[in-house]
Amino acid sequence: MKSFIKEIIAYMNARKKWWLMPILVVLIAFGALLVLAQGSAIAPFIYTIF
Amino acid sequence: MLILGISAFYHDSAAALIEDGIPIAAAQEERFTRKKHDAGFPTLAVEYCLKERGITLKDIDHIVFFEKPFLKFERLLETYLASVPKGFNSFRMAMPVWIKDKLFQKDKLIKLLEEFEDAGEVENKLLFAEHHQSHAASAFFPSPFEEAVILTMDGVGEWATASVAIGKGNELKTVREIKFPHSLGLLYSAITYYTGFRVNSGEYKVMGLAPYGEPKYADMIKEHLIDIKEDGSFWLDQSYFNYATGLTMTSKKFDDLFGAPPRTAEDKITQREMDLAASVQAVTEEVMLKMTDNLAKTYGIKNLCLAGGVALNCVANGRIVREGSFDNVWVQPAAGDAGGALGAALAGYYTELGQLRTVSGTMDSMKGSYLGPEYKQPDIESRLKEAGAVFETLDDDALMQETAKCLEQGHAVGWFQGRMEFGPRALGGRSILGDPRNPKMQKTLNLKIKYRESFRPFAPSILSDQVSNYFDHKGTSPYMLIVAPVAEQHRLDTGDQDKDLFGIDKLNIPRSEIPAITHVDYSARIQTVHEETNPRYHALISAFNEQTGCPIVVNTSFNVRGEPIVCTPEDAFRCFMGTEMDTLVVGNCLMRKPAQDQSLSEDYKDKFDLD
Repeated sequence: MKSFIKEIIAYMNARKKWWLMPILVVLIAFGALLVLAQGSAIAPFIYTIF
Repeated sequence: MLILGISAFYHDSAAALIEDGIPIAAAQEERFTRKKHDAGFPTLAVEYCLKERGITLKDIDHIVFFEKPFLKFERLLETYLASVPKGFNSFRMAMPVWIKDKLFQKDKLIKLLEEFEDAGEVENKLLFAEHHQSHAASAFFPSPFEEAVILTMDGVGEWATASVAIGKGNELKTVREIKFPHSLGLLYSAITYYTGFRVNSGEYKVMGLAPYGEPKYADMIKEHLIDIKEDGSFWLDQSYFNYATGLTMTSKKFDDLFGAPPRTAEDKITQREMDLAASVQAVTEEVMLKMTDNLAKTYGIKNLCLAGGVALNCVANGRIVREGSFDNVWVQPAAGDAGGALGAALAGYYTELGQLRTVSGTMDSMKGSYLGPEYKQPDIESRLKEAGAVFETLDDDALMQETAKCLEQGHAVGWFQGRMEFGPRALGGRSILGDPRNPKMQKTLNLKIKYRESFRPFAPSILSDQVSNYFDHKGTSPYMLIVAPVAEQHRLDTGDQDKDLFGIDKLNIPRSEIPAITHVDYSARIQTVHEETNPRYHALISAFNEQTGCPIVVNTSFNVRGEPIVCTPEDAFRCFMGTEMDTLVVGNCLMRKPAQDQSLSEDYKDKFDLD
């Protein structure tokens, strides 16, 4: 997780998209809730999701 | 310097190994796992690449992944934000996968790579290229050009759906991009979906179906779906599509425009699907021609390189070659995402590390795209014996003569020789061959051997020096990525027979002296065969030419519908025994069906999921 956070910060810095950070945090938190509710990471194949 | 390229976790995972900027091994994971379009980490393909060079992972200088996961996630989030609350269903599906798995792709890659025997240090060797940078690198660096315009087009990578780069020596600079959701590849995939075929594999079928139809809907597509600008750039009206935020490719508005819901897979194909296929094909060709003409004018460079899934549209490629403004066109044989593995490695070597590039001037550095595994004769014999095959071993000359005789007798011949091809086309390494003069060959191969739709055409392999005698094509086409018309002098007069026929019925009329490879619009997807890159295949076609006066054979991939192309002699024998193939040639071993133990045949037709 530590290296992931480091990577995210490096990416934000490179892309100059700091405005995305609060949205990212909220969406990831929301997404995490969905993970907990679902318990599975299997999704149907939709071209652009991946 | 050794660089390993990897593409994975999307579709068509692959690994590629380059040494001092030259491809030395590359293969798709599906060939080893026998799972079509396998998207998993390419463990077996990496193992093969290392084994081919006789090294372990610690000997690799750099490992380059073919795309940047964070950029892709950024695209997803921004797309969802832009369409709130419409994209919630798609968001609900996508987030668990990303949060549990895809956001941690770097860690996952490191972990998987460290599991290899004698892996050494991995983390500091790992680099990431952008998706379209990988495609562009795969198109330019192996090409025979010192300088070129590189056009890449596909469904979508991170953000880009099309890119233009200028390549000079070892430099590759992106100068233009079209970004998601505006995508020519996704427009083609939307029609693929709407006509009842599977996105990501059915696009070939749409292209094959197009000549049966009339482009009746082309104007409608241009009026409503796509706005094509003078320079070939375009804009898609998203209200007709659902791929950006939904779980289908097209929207209700799309159905209303064309007056019906999408066709269900395996339903009867009607004239309507054929007309839709012809229409999207016509629009695709128009965009590609406009775009390449504009690029030739803008940059004044005479060489064009193509890659990305759209570059597998060999009908459009053929028109760019014949009608376009570039003097020379080179298409990467693994133009799809598997080729991204090779491109990533090349981008690492030339762009990131700034290594010197030398160009031979005539030949590309793809080695005929024969970059996969090879089996030596003693190994082939022991593997076939183990599988229970009954075979005779012939010397080279007798083998070519005997195989040519089988072809002349109307046999469908499995031909397994040398290294496996990298890319979606079988090029005489893992092929099923037939006599192109035989009017029944097309139907036999489709229905009894490949178990696939009867409308699908077959391609000719022709001795390279004979190509302009049989087709309206000058130059080479070693990777079967260019479609050209059969030359007038070899066409047959179909008289009145043809006038009242529509759709699939057109297939029943022989249109040339080589009907098995002549499509209903007199086109053919040509492979020129060169002694320098595939001497055995060249020798076989030469023997067939000596016996029959015809320098062409029918060449289709060695598999059945839904099956990855065969990789090992055992795969080839299983496919041979499970289909109505008459003869199998693996290395110098020749097998005839009646001589085999029939109890070894298995139900092969239903073994693979339909594509």
